[in-house]
Amino acid sequence: MKAWIPLLLRLCLLALLIAFLTNPLWFEPLLKPLTQNGAPAIYNQGSLMSLAIQHLRTVAIATAAAIVVAVALAILVTRPVGVEFLPLSRSLVNIGQTFPPVAVLALAVPAVGFGEKPTLIALFLYGLLPIFENTLTGLTTTPANIVEAARGAGMTGWQRLLKVELPLSVPVILAGIRLSVVISLATATIGSTVAAKTLGEVIIAGLQSNNLAFVLQGGLIVAALAVLIYDALSALERMAAKRMGQVAA
Amino acid sequence: MIEIEHITKRYGETTVVDDVSMVIEPRTVTVIVGTSGSGKTTLLRMINRLVEPTSGTIKLDGTDNRSVPGHELRRSIGYAIQGNGLFPHRTVAQNIATVPSLLGWDAARIKARVDELLSLLQLDPAAFGPRYPHELSGGQQQRVGVARALAAEPNVLLMDEPFGALDPIIRTKAQEDLLAIQKRFGTTIILVTHDMEEAVHLGHRIAVMDAGRLVQYATPAEILARPANDFVETLIGTSDRPFKLLSLGAVGDAVEPGQASGEGIRAGASQRDALAELLWSGRAAMPVTSEDGAALGRVTVEGLLKRAARPQ
Ligand SMILES: Nc1ncnc2c1ncn2[C@@H]1O[C@H](COP(=O)(O)OP(=O)(O)OP(=O)(O)O)[C@@H](O)[C@H]1O
Ligand SMILES: [Mg+2]
Repeated sequence: MKAWIPLLLRLCLLALLIAFLTNPLWFEPLLKPLTQNGAPAIYNQGSLMSLAIQHLRTVAIATAAAIVVAVALAILVTRPVGVEFLPLSRSLVNIGQTFPPVAVLALAVPAVGFGEKPTLIALFLYGLLPIFENTLTGLTTTPANIVEAARGAGMTGWQRLLKVELPLSVPVILAGIRLSVVISLATATIGSTVAAKTLGEVIIAGLQSNNLAFVLQGGLIVAALAVLIYDALSALERMAAKRMGQVAA
Repeated sequence: MIEIEHITKRYGETTVVDDVSMVIEPRTVTVIVGTSGSGKTTLLRMINRLVEPTSGTIKLDGTDNRSVPGHELRRSIGYAIQGNGLFPHRTVAQNIATVPSLLGWDAARIKARVDELLSLLQLDPAAFGPRYPHELSGGQQQRVGVARALAAEPNVLLMDEPFGALDPIIRTKAQEDLLAIQKRFGTTIILVTHDMEEAVHLGHRIAVMDAGRLVQYATPAEILARPANDFVETLIGTSDRPFKLLSLGAVGDAVEPGQASGEGIRAGASQRDALAELLWSGRAAMPVTSEDGAALGRVTVEGLLKRAARPQ
């Protein structure tokens, strides 16, 4: 396959997504056959565009918080002062994953109320693990002779971290973030069950009124977003890896 | 001056460096040789405290190397790590600038120094400065590693098998470059190798390590003439001892009065090269010229052979 074909496909997908979000009525004829008894084919209880933006905003906030906490935690447990906490932090982060998202929501609602907050908490917890694990991998697999060269040059522990270990870990940390974002994009849809404004609203509305067109368009928008963001982050990762003469995994 | 006094390093039960004492004169090249695992790297790394000794002291110009924090000590000592260890995410220029920027030199001074070192090592600053290490050949990476170690004008330079991975031609070239740099900056160099040939060629003094012990510490001529024990003798290799000995002397020191015909040799070349040339061309004598071309006399096979005999 020619190298530009995948890029072209992605650009088409992006164009299609933007067209759908800005002018959903153009696509009405396509979705109409999926509806019954003259139900609307296009979601009509709010703007799809603003839902998509809300959805992305929620994912972005949760991921940003997860990056800060997971990277900080990984740095802490790889410093001499923090190694004792390595097993503990590993299990804490793993617990975050074994908890079903719905249960997190159910527990969070009484504490913080309905709306965006419980969703943010769930997404944050789910985003932690991949970023934490990957940062840990990156920081602990920096080639020994490079770390030694940094020590030999007279770098302090923090200078080694900031100038050598973290920069060299960027590609694998980015891979963790990519994983975390994709999980969050999907998980955010269930946030609508506790009244968060996300694309899940469209899917839930479709399920409640037995409208397949709603379910499909909600699902497709989330899927398209996930694919595009996944690809963009992969490209970023490859660029970072290439700069360091590494071959992207 | 570097004074190593009764230095010992143990890992658990195993003694890796065993009660080593030696004094390294300033502005000299000292080569540490020994088989793999004999403790060469460990000894070297105790000088800049990448490894803390179990007991003993190391003094640099009279002061204990533990009197300043380790990272500050290491900024003042050049270190070329085994296998170059360049930072893959930094350009050649940034790699070389590592210690100067840690020391807070201003940008203009750093750039001038980086360009000076790159030129000195025959790498065009404009072409190589912006490249990343993976865009260089092994030999070029090695040179950048040396440049990085020299960047902050250290008085002492530690080099761990710097030429190990180079082909023979580049290796010889790199050794010449190193000697030239050493003369120019007057750096005290301590170099680790497991190649006796390299040790004889580069070292003012050679320290032979075996299983953590310093078995002999002497000039190359002394080591060749009077190896301390069988181990040192094996390390030298008995078959080409006389040639190693000749390689230590310059033709200029073996000049005899008289004339000879045919192609001549420069006074700065080694006596071994002179003998090889004489034997190969089937002559008994050849003229010697000074570096500027003036005739100095001649060298003879007979004269050289006498010099190749074990010193009394
Ligand atoms: N951190 C460490 N912990 C335990 N043992 C070590 C450590 N570092 C080195 N050693 C051991 O000390 C011995 C000497 O190691 P060193 O690296 O000084 O050898 P070397 O002479 O430089 O060998 P080479 O020529 O292979 O580089 C080896 O047997 C090695 O296994
Ligand atoms: Mg070694």
